[in-house]
Amino acid sequence: MSIRERLSGNEAVAVAMRQINPDVVAAFPITPSTEIPQYFSQFVSNGQVQTEFVAVESEHSAMSACVGAQAAGSRTMTATSANGLALMWEVLYIAAAMKLPITMSCVNRALSGPLNIHNDHSDSMGARDSGWVQLYSETNQEAYDNLIQAIRIGEHKDVMLPVMVCQDGFITSHAVENIELLEDDKVKAFIGEYKPEHYLLNPEEQIAIGPLDLPAHCFEHKREQAQSMINAKKVIMEVAKEYEKLSGRKYDYFEEYKLKDAELAIVIINSTAGTAKTVVDSLREKGVKAGLLKIRVFRPFPEEEIAEALKHIKVLAIMDKAESFSAVGGPLGAEIKSALYGRAEGIKVVNFIYGLGGRDVKANDIDKVYSELLEILKTGKVKETYRYLGIRE
Amino acid sequence: MSKKAKEMTPETPWKEITPGGAIYEAGNAEGYRTGDWRSMRPVWIEEKCTQCMLCPPTCPDTAIPVKESKRLDFDYDHCKGCGVCVKACPFDAIGFIKEQDKEEQEV
Repeated sequence: MSIRERLSGNEAVAVAMRQINPDVVAAFPITPSTEIPQYFSQFVSNGQVQTEFVAVESEHSAMSACVGAQAAGSRTMTATSANGLALMWEVLYIAAAMKLPITMSCVNRALSGPLNIHNDHSDSMGARDSGWVQLYSETNQEAYDNLIQAIRIGEHKDVMLPVMVCQDGFITSHAVENIELLEDDKVKAFIGEYKPEHYLLNPEEQIAIGPLDLPAHCFEHKREQAQSMINAKKVIMEVAKEYEKLSGRKYDYFEEYKLKDAELAIVIINSTAGTAKTVVDSLREKGVKAGLLKIRVFRPFPEEEIAEALKHIKVLAIMDKAESFSAVGGPLGAEIKSALYGRAEGIKVVNFIYGLGGRDVKANDIDKVYSELLEILKTGKVKETYRYLGIRE
Repeated sequence: MSKKAKEMTPETPWKEITPGGAIYEAGNAEGYRTGDWRSMRPVWIEEKCTQCMLCPPTCPDTAIPVKESKRLDFDYDHCKGCGVCVKACPFDAIGFIKEQDKEEQEV
């Protein structure tokens, strides 16, 4: 029987880490993810885990320590947010290129500047090309479930990539909600032992990792790395199916909410999906065919599946909680539109930037999005495709 | 898939390459010919050399082999042509020419 609890998102992540009991955790505190290493270091002090906790002096060092520890052959985890993730930047790419399945909890926060500690997705969206698998979580439950699955996804022999599990700072990380936890022994059995094929502390094999890679080989190494991300797609579903058997909770590349017969839809990531679902419910009561698609897996990007799920939609809003300063929209907007090209054309699409720097997005804000979609459906005129939701004009 | 460094040639296809460029053996730096980088070439003038042994320890690439307390000719596979040994020699026993001139001599 699963364990019923009430935990914040950060507590849920820390509990998952206690159950995973990694060999090494290297982390540096930064709002709003600070509580994760804080709670976890208590577990270390209490002897509830056997983890070596490395209290580093910066996030660059945190990720570097993770790279060293994982390469040595240990299961390694960390947590960070915003500028902490930015300080890890160069090492993120190295971790992925060296095929080291480090697991990170990223508690999404606006990347400075202007200096802001509240939630948006500018931190992890910026890291989307670093070669990490990225999973996003609407609730504390999803943050917990995704983190446990992340271990299996990253460490799979066909993947061997680091995995980032994201949740919204404060909104999810600090709000206490009901949650169902798995028993410690079930988590332990599910994740199994980390047994890398090659590792530095193996006395049977001499190994040099991260060497200079000149033009004669670097191109082939990048292709090999790209294949790991392609392979991750299949592995993510296999792990989700196995996790469903264990937990009863179903996971996919994305969640479809009343999408099958919808005419109007939004694509959204993380906690605002919860708000949007209540709006969809109330619109359905009024006879409006509204639906939503919530992204869980952003890297690898499930392009074909998304296009298939959206192809019958008449008017679509893509919701970006991050800017990309392309002057035409946000990162999710670009990816979704690219997915639809040649697969589901003729859909009228607008891209909304919303909630930057922690601006509250309430049910009536999402209601306005659907109203604008309804207007487009009625008039057939899309007008501006790059919009800021609720901006003061 | 524990492949040796020498098996990783410029013809190795991506499906056979070691992930992340890892090398599963020690002491493989010798296999990389850094001598290709050289634009200037030190030339040992044996008749002027007194075997004083001042030059070998100055070489950052251990490209001056020493055998039975005597220096031998340069290891041109690894000499990058930095010229430190040229400065170290008090007897003008090491010349320093353009690599290009040497190549032209050979042609």
